[in-house]
Amino acid sequence: MRIREKFAQLEEKKEKALIAYVCAGDPTAEATKDIVSALVRGGADIVELGLPFSDPVADGPTIQAASQRALDAGMNPDRYFELIASIKAGVPLVCMTYYNLIYKRGLERFASDCALSGISGIIVPDLPAEESDDLQTACRKHGIDLIFLVTPVTNEARMEKILGKTSGFVYIVSRLGVTGARADVARSTTEILSRVHTDVPKAVGFGISDREQAREVIAAGADAVIVGSAFVNIIASGEDVNARVETLARELKSACREGRN
Amino acid sequence: MKRSMYGRYGGQFVPEVLMPALAELEEAYDRYREDPRFLEELAYYMKDFAGRETPLYFARNLSEKYGIRIYLKREDLVHGGAHKLNNTIGQALLAKYMGKKRLIAETGAGQHGTATAMVGATMGFETEVYMGAKDVQRQHMNVYRMQLMGTTVHPVESGSKTLKDAINEALRDWVTNVENTHYLIGSVVGPHPYPMIVRDFQSVIGNEVKRQIMEKEGRYPDSIVACAGGGSNAMGIFHPFIEEKEVRLFPVEAGGCGLKSTAKEALHSASLCVGEDGILQGAHTRVLQDRYGQILESSSVSAGLDYSGVGPELAYLADTGRIRPCNVNDEEALEAFYELSRTEGIIPALESSHALAYVMKMAQSGELGELVVISLSGRGDKDLETVFGLKEMENREVCL
Ligand SMILES: Cc1ncc(COP(=O)(O)O)c(C=O)c1O
Repeated sequence: MRIREKFAQLEEKKEKALIAYVCAGDPTAEATKDIVSALVRGGADIVELGLPFSDPVADGPTIQAASQRALDAGMNPDRYFELIASIKAGVPLVCMTYYNLIYKRGLERFASDCALSGISGIIVPDLPAEESDDLQTACRKHGIDLIFLVTPVTNEARMEKILGKTSGFVYIVSRLGVTGARADVARSTTEILSRVHTDVPKAVGFGISDREQAREVIAAGADAVIVGSAFVNIIASGEDVNARVETLARELKSACREGRN
Repeated sequence: MKRSMYGRYGGQFVPEVLMPALAELEEAYDRYREDPRFLEELAYYMKDFAGRETPLYFARNLSEKYGIRIYLKREDLVHGGAHKLNNTIGQALLAKYMGKKRLIAETGAGQHGTATAMVGATMGFETEVYMGAKDVQRQHMNVYRMQLMGTTVHPVESGSKTLKDAINEALRDWVTNVENTHYLIGSVVGPHPYPMIVRDFQSVIGNEVKRQIMEKEGRYPDSIVACAGGGSNAMGIFHPFIEEKEVRLFPVEAGGCGLKSTAKEALHSASLCVGEDGILQGAHTRVLQDRYGQILESSSVSAGLDYSGVGPELAYLADTGRIRPCNVNDEEALEAFYELSRTEGIIPALESSHALAYVMKMAQSGELGELVVISLSGRGDKDLETVFGLKEMENREVCL
């Protein structure tokens, strides 16, 4: 399913979107399948599946550790696409990974593998707009959304350029820093949302981990909340993972229904 | 060619959060590199704080033994004991002019961290250094030095616990604190404009050599040899000679225990010699990686060369044939360490020992010509424990 169809569906139902991130292959590929099912049962509208990289500079300790567990368990791009092809989630799947893995596979082949296996969009945290033309060409050709990030320090000129490029949704980094659950949702969320003028859905991430935070972000005007480390922490605990993942997804999704402004 | 690129290498592969900071840095650099007040202050620190210029020393005993004329560019005599201070003075001044309050840096051998701690102390910055836990152990004298000068040292436990992992952690800090912090990168690596800025500040080495060798020999050398980890002392001494096509330029990488790799780890750090195109820590360059693009851990007896990437401009110059990448292994570097100490009364850093070893190995081959300049990038005091530790181990096998 294309990301824009998903957002159109939600629009009809007057709901906002829950986008959940987990690292593929953490702790095993089999486990990831069950976790994705649990996320979708709980109400996740889009699932981001991290393709783990050895040197994830944009990630905090939680996702670094998840990437390492997945790599240790043998996850690699070949197995990643096999795993994706075997998942029948019924929601759009998004690949989040670092540029070297894409570059090494070949941009064209990577985009094609995404399309064939059932990935709808790609997020590359170390690929700024300036360096993205080639990947964008490959993604367009294969009908894959290339999703860009904006941050509190992105100025007007850059904002315009990035919003012109992003497709699927725009990933709004609500505060400076790496990924990871935080107690406070940045006050800068409201500020940055007021600067993002676009028809593309606005998804806010980095630091959101519970229902209250999700509600605040939706109330501030976001079309989606992105939650990663909070799920990954549950997976890392190894305890009652699927049930707890589902419960957290359900709580977060409820905020996406009520919190509507 | 875009200014950020060296052929197909270079670029700015960093999180969006850092793009404004890179633009700000480039702008500041373009402004202040021509500003008389900045240049005067830079010259002052270079002379009275760093102790420049450094001598170009004719190594008579070595020359006699190997039958060619060998000069040593004495960067080991720079304050702190390595060329690293040339760059940290320049960047810290830039940071000061840009109004930053805090410096962060990565370090491998601890020399760049120490050089950052020095400028941090004298120019009044809050300074924090990331250092792989393995390097903290093998270079702990430098950890004490940094701490004495008021710098906080963060051991990094991820990955191979060496330079690459320290850079990752420094980048994560920068992403978080970019508004008040300057990331003082220690080599010609990372996203544009760092490779350019670091090269320019280090070019003082090559510019001095140009003048000094003319005075002493009345001509340019046949070849210049420098060790290359990230490549800053190499680019610094090569850059002023790039257009002097008759001067052969040799970056010497760490051959470690041989140019082989296991699934996760290279037994060497020779990314120019055997690395492949890839994107690492902000730049498109040559990288040690597996077939999927996962970065391999590197290894070397010398912490300062123990890195899976290399500066993008070196990758470009290697492709064009202007520089000739080569490598020596741990054993050869150690031999050179002993030999320079004995023959010339100069204890070289293990990094610099790689450049020395290459000259010792190739002197008779004709490849280097008759007149050679070696970048003696640092002194070896920091390495005594490593060397004596290895010596105590039976028959000094480095690669077990
Ligand atoms: C003495 C010395 N030489 C060389 C290096 C390697 O760095 P580069 O290749 O940037 O000159 C280091 C790094 O720590 C060093 O301490």
